[in-house]
Amino acid sequence: MKLEDQRTTVYKVDPNHPETESLPTLRTEELLLNMGPQHPSTHGVLKVILELEGERIVKSTPVLGFLHRGVEKLAEGGTYHQFIPHTDRLDYVCAMYNNFAYCRAVEKLMDITLPDRAEYLRTLVAEVQRIIGHLFWLGTQALDIGAMTVFFYTFRDREILLDWFDELCGARLTTSWYRIGGVERDFTPSLTEKVQKFLDYFPPKIEEYVVFLEKNRIWLARTRGVAVISAEDALSFGLSGPTLRGSGVDYDLRKYEPYSAYPKCEFSVPVGKNGDTYDRYWIRIEEMRESIKIIQQCLQQMEPGPILADVPSVTLPPKDRVFTNLESMIQQFKLFSQGFDAPAGEIYCGTEAHKGELGFYIVSTGGGRPYRLKIRAPSFIHMGAFDYMAKGYMIADAVTIFGTYDIVMGECDR
Amino acid sequence: MHPIAEKIQSRFPEGFVGANEWRGDLAITVKRETLHDVCSYIRKDPDLDCDYMVHVSSVDWPDDEERFEVVYEVYSIRKRHRIRIKTRVPEHDCLVDSMTDLWMGADFMEREVFDMMGIRFNRHPDLRRILMPDDYTEGYPLRKDFPVQGKGWRDSFDFLNDPT
Repeated sequence: MKLEDQRTTVYKVDPNHPETESLPTLRTEELLLNMGPQHPSTHGVLKVILELEGERIVKSTPVLGFLHRGVEKLAEGGTYHQFIPHTDRLDYVCAMYNNFAYCRAVEKLMDITLPDRAEYLRTLVAEVQRIIGHLFWLGTQALDIGAMTVFFYTFRDREILLDWFDELCGARLTTSWYRIGGVERDFTPSLTEKVQKFLDYFPPKIEEYVVFLEKNRIWLARTRGVAVISAEDALSFGLSGPTLRGSGVDYDLRKYEPYSAYPKCEFSVPVGKNGDTYDRYWIRIEEMRESIKIIQQCLQQMEPGPILADVPSVTLPPKDRVFTNLESMIQQFKLFSQGFDAPAGEIYCGTEAHKGELGFYIVSTGGGRPYRLKIRAPSFIHMGAFDYMAKGYMIADAVTIFGTYDIVMGECDR
Repeated sequence: MHPIAEKIQSRFPEGFVGANEWRGDLAITVKRETLHDVCSYIRKDPDLDCDYMVHVSSVDWPDDEERFEVVYEVYSIRKRHRIRIKTRVPEHDCLVDSMTDLWMGADFMEREVFDMMGIRFNRHPDLRRILMPDDYTEGYPLRKDFPVQGKGWRDSFDFLNDPT
């Protein structure tokens, strides 16, 4: 019996029955439910007003801005170098990629080319960050859906990688390791050894997570066919990253507009078919495997050399020279207090972060500060599609849909 | 001139203001009245085919007569090109046609521009503040005349007025 028929038969009241008048009339109306901003599954402070019919979502209105700090306004007040630590706080789970995207944008504005080793280091660390991002996503998504164990396993491995970052730049999350024109510090031999060890350690661990999830009936039931979006609609909404590739579009800036050391590495871009949450999960798992390949190739191809471009008017002097050489100290001081003289113009530079296309649109009128800096944050743009993707699903699926975007509110609200 | 710019110029000779190519980015400035037609053309024309909405942004030029600049950046997945369409609006009448009928993602992105810069969008289905609170009345934060420390009750903080 169909659900609609069941309802009518069970609740049908015979109008001619003598007791009908004393029966309460069955009244149905839409229920308005505030979900968040203090809901554990919203990954920060996000509120969604759900209009429900029974347990089905009829309409959802995301309410954003609880974490709005005016980063774009702050950027107009500081020099280009000073903005790097602000980018850490955008997507605070994956700071390295934000640094990367921002530095790349400024380099495009200043037209700087980087030494080879810097490019390899950047790519390597960016891919490590992608693995961290995907591990974080996988753990929390599974936790939200109800599979708790995976969370412990992914966070165990994420800790190893965060400890490297600690060794690399002294911070686990807010790294600020990228510099305009290169990177701040080179890998130490012990770190290189650790990376090498991790490459053997990690691939079997991916199989471990997969075993937990791919035979888990709850996981399958709650991801397959949930939050389906067609390729055309996904593009029209501006979705990017795994959220778009799940729908079968192979748009990946690492391939479409190759940058850094990506053109020198061999890797493939996994693409889904159905555009549902399961495909997006599968893509992220595959991307971790591809990231391992990229890291391996970077390690093999990397040769000793400078890690910062030598453009004294823009890039910082090497740290050891700052403390011993007067000219370098003056250069460092001038770059931080006045900034470098950027040409007038405007650029947009997008980078494939693990969430999607993280872009910076910079308008310069000359001088040391950006005139306008706009951040194209994938989380924000993905939230635009939330109402469309959540329509008709159950309340519990709303949690899955936040998760499938891999949303981080620091980036969404900026 | 870039072939895409030429194409748009020949199609919209009156609405075309100028094109600029810098660092590999193509930016085309059009008149506000033709903005929707130009966007509709680049969305639907099979050679341009810009199906992917990258971002909507805005720039404030307080000294200019037409103070605000609205920027749409679109990308074509099949043809692999990026086009930036810009238009200028004066302060007393900052109204632009909404692109929500062409790209669904324009909904949130235009709301952000409205919220931050106070530019209104014609035929937008749900033009409300998005990052600032709904009842926020202190202005539009990304305008150049909006102070970085904020307005309203924050002005009364002692440390802001203290010269030391």
